[in-house]
Amino acid sequence: MKGNEAVAEAAIRAGVDGYFGYPITPQTEIIEYLMEANPAETTGMIVLQAESEVAAINMVYGGAACGKKVMTTSSSPGISLKQEGISYIAGAELPCLIVNVVRGGPGLGTIQPAQSDYFQSTKGGGHGDYHLIVLAPASVQEMADFVGLSFELAFKYRNPVLMLSDGAIGQMMEKVYLSPFVERSKTVPDWATTGKPATRQRNIITSLDLDPNRQELFNIKLLAKYDEIREKEVRYEEFQCEDAEFLLVAYGTSARVCQKSVQIARERGIKAGLLRPITLFPFPSKRLNELADKVKGMLSVEMSAGQMVEDVLLSVNGKVPVYHFGRMGGIVTTPEEVVENLKSKFLKD
Amino acid sequence: MTQVTGIKEIIKPENLVYKKTSVMTRNILSYCPGCGHGTAHRILAEIIDEEGIQSETIGVSPVGCSVFLYYYIDIDWQEAAHGRAPAVATAIKRLMPDKFVFTYQGDGDLAAIGTAETIHACNRGENILIIFINNGIYGMTGGQMAPTTLPGMKSSTSPYGRDVKTMGNPLKITDIVASLPGSYYVTRQSVHTAANVKKTKKAIRKAVQYQKLNKGTCLVEIVSNCPSGWKMTPVQSNKWMEENMFPYYPLGDLKTPEEESVPKK
Repeated sequence: MKGNEAVAEAAIRAGVDGYFGYPITPQTEIIEYLMEANPAETTGMIVLQAESEVAAINMVYGGAACGKKVMTTSSSPGISLKQEGISYIAGAELPCLIVNVVRGGPGLGTIQPAQSDYFQSTKGGGHGDYHLIVLAPASVQEMADFVGLSFELAFKYRNPVLMLSDGAIGQMMEKVYLSPFVERSKTVPDWATTGKPATRQRNIITSLDLDPNRQELFNIKLLAKYDEIREKEVRYEEFQCEDAEFLLVAYGTSARVCQKSVQIARERGIKAGLLRPITLFPFPSKRLNELADKVKGMLSVEMSAGQMVEDVLLSVNGKVPVYHFGRMGGIVTTPEEVVENLKSKFLKD
Repeated sequence: MTQVTGIKEIIKPENLVYKKTSVMTRNILSYCPGCGHGTAHRILAEIIDEEGIQSETIGVSPVGCSVFLYYYIDIDWQEAAHGRAPAVATAIKRLMPDKFVFTYQGDGDLAAIGTAETIHACNRGENILIIFINNGIYGMTGGQMAPTTLPGMKSSTSPYGRDVKTMGNPLKITDIVASLPGSYYVTRQSVHTAANVKKTKKAIRKAVQYQKLNKGTCLVEIVSNCPSGWKMTPVQSNKWMEENMFPYYPLGDLKTPEEESVPKK
């Protein structure tokens, strides 16, 4: 099935309570699949087509504040529209899943795949000091698997999770092993707004505090949470890094390409390896710093003008040269191009 | 000599004529003297109390003067982004259909930045109550022009009066909502006299009952005053409201279930 369909099916199986979306290419199959599956009749999952991405993300806010498993999906221009709501969700510490099937930009850009929303995804995106937990799937299987994982992390940390996919993985068809059905939760967290019984104080979900001292304490609390996430939730995959002299760093579709590039490079006598960040926030900085002691240089390969490369540079902290290579405008890099670029950056005679 | 009765002898249940509603918290209202918000809050709290629905009510508060509404009424609350309350309430009600869900919004929130959310929630017939406070001005930010500011009315962003040629006409969003098939009960009331308070309370109580029927959106507009924003005394502002606001926003029902049930020819 397609990556987009895998997300939809996985959502039903993960016991999601509500999906709120608005059509946009290249991810519209998600809401189409859900509408056709009509899970209201089976699991009781609500699927609603909102009047806009703005409304959809605020529906997610409302549902998440009730302690429910809720999600929305969109593509780059739609995710920009959702940023106000995402900031409020982060500020109110609500768990939810947002999926971005990225297309090239800026503006309306293109409907072809890109990775140009890295900054927006990993550095906050909306206003205020906050982070999302960002998962980057590199296969249809991971698009399915990361739905359940996202909700696990979202509820564990009371933090929104963003799945940063792209148009290639969303549209690509692969074999998928689907998880068994999980029943929708009958219990809700104690902070949820479900109607105030006489036995407890009222629950208020808000991101507002006009007292600067209290607001700063809240900001400090968020920072502590992000530090804990950095400590415990870093996920990455290494491919032929053991003896690598040159390290490719790539996520999602670019990582798929780079796996092939590593093979080609090794056939030509260049000892290349690949580190694929699975979590983009938290970023595998510590591991990259360790690898910087072993390799001669790193190449960050992204379908963007060079965004993740800044995090690689910060991680390596000057130990070895770090370069960026990427195609833009919806063009997927070829494995050959990556190898040629690696050679031109590091192996000039 | 008349006998002076001790205060303890006066405070007896049989002498009680008025008391704080238990659903109101002890927090001091942040509103300006003479503002209608406090009365509207109290009516709402009284109904929640009298209907016994405190444990099943979820309120969505707006951005505007009533942004801290959750300080004052003792129920579960969600604070929405500016204008987004109907979208937030949509999800709450869809996911918890047995709960009583309402939004409380001002004119800027509901009829300017949140127009799309208002219209579409009502058009889908979301089974929620929208309480709409229309005082024709942005109170919290200090008296700017609202979508409902009357023609010629002065505000800090229409200092020479609202010129409809360049600033547009006041938006009768309640009339638009009443025209949508998804709305079930739409009424316009006020809270500036005892008689009007009674009528408004009756209207909100009806809306609470209607929500149990699952027939569509209820909207209760309360035309109110803003003494600070209008730069008037409370008494002057109520008089000005009667003379200027009510002719443009006439009080009364715009859509009632009874009318709905009469088949149109």
